Amino acid sequence: MTIREIITLLDGQLCLGEQRLDEEVEKAFASDLMSDVLTLHETPMLITGLCNVQTIRTCDMATLDIIVVVRGKVVTDDMIELAEENDMVIISTKYSMFKTCGLLWDAGLKPIF
Amino acid sequence: MHQEYTIIEGDFVNAGKASSSVKKTLKQLNVSPQIIKRVVVALYEAEVNAIAHAYGGKVLVDIDSDKINMVVADKGPGIPDIALAMQEGYSTARPEVRDMGFGAGMGLPNMQKNVDKLNVTSEVGVGTTVEMMVNFA
Repeated sequence: MTIREIITLLDGQLCLGEQRLDEEVEKAFASDLMSDVLTLHETPMLITGLCNVQTIRTCDMATLDIIVVVRGKVVTDDMIELAEENDMVIISTKYSMFKTCGLLWDAGLKPIF
Repeated sequence: MHQEYTIIEGDFVNAGKASSSVKKTLKQLNVSPQIIKRVVVALYEAEVNAIAHAYGGKVLVDIDSDKINMVVADKGPGIPDIALAMQEGYSTARPEVRDMGFGAGMGLPNMQKNVDKLNVTSEVGVGTTVEMMVNFA
C-alpha cells in the first residue's frame, strides 16, 4: 500500500515527506526499543511510540526512512530537521501501537519476520 | 583519513553525530551501503554506550582504502566483567537511558555482529576503550 493510503487508514497526519506520498510500503516493524531497530537487516517502515531525536538518528543508522509515530506524540522541530536531512517520511497517528499494527496488518502490510 | 569527535556525558541529543558524519564520509568514498550500515550501527552503539555509561570520551576514526578503524575511548566507571557485558540482555543502564530506547543489553553483542574485529578493554574506575575494525571488501 502507498504512504498516502497508510495515512488515510490511520487517520494520520503527515509531518514530513509529501514528495513520497505515492511510494509503496510492503513491510513494517513495530518497536519502542531502538536497540531492536539497530539489529534489523531489512528496511521496513517503523511504527513506534518513542518520539525523540534518537528515533530519527537510529532510523538513519539503520537505513529506515518511513516512521509512524503512534499515540499522538508530538513530533518536534529538531526531529523534523534531522529527518529532512535524510529525506524521511514521518506520519503521526493518535491510534495506539496495537490498533495501528492491527489496521496495517489487516490491510496487508507484512512483517519482516 | 583521520577524524576525531568528542563525547559528552549524558548528551543524548548529540548521540550519533559522529556516526552520522562517518556515514556521510563513507558515502562520498563510494563504500557499499551494506558495509556503511555495519560500520555506523556498530559506531552508534558504541557512542550511545559511552554517553550513557561514562563521563565523556573520544571517538577516533581512521579510514583507509580497504578498511575503517574506530576507537571509542571513555573516562568512566569501567566494566568489571567484560564477558558478562558481552552477553545479550545484560545491562546496567539507568532508567533515563532506557527511556531513550536503549539499555536493553544489546549494544556490545550488536557491535560484535557488525564488525570484523572487536576489542574491548576496561579498567574499573578509569574507563573503557572499544576498538573496532571493518573491512570494505
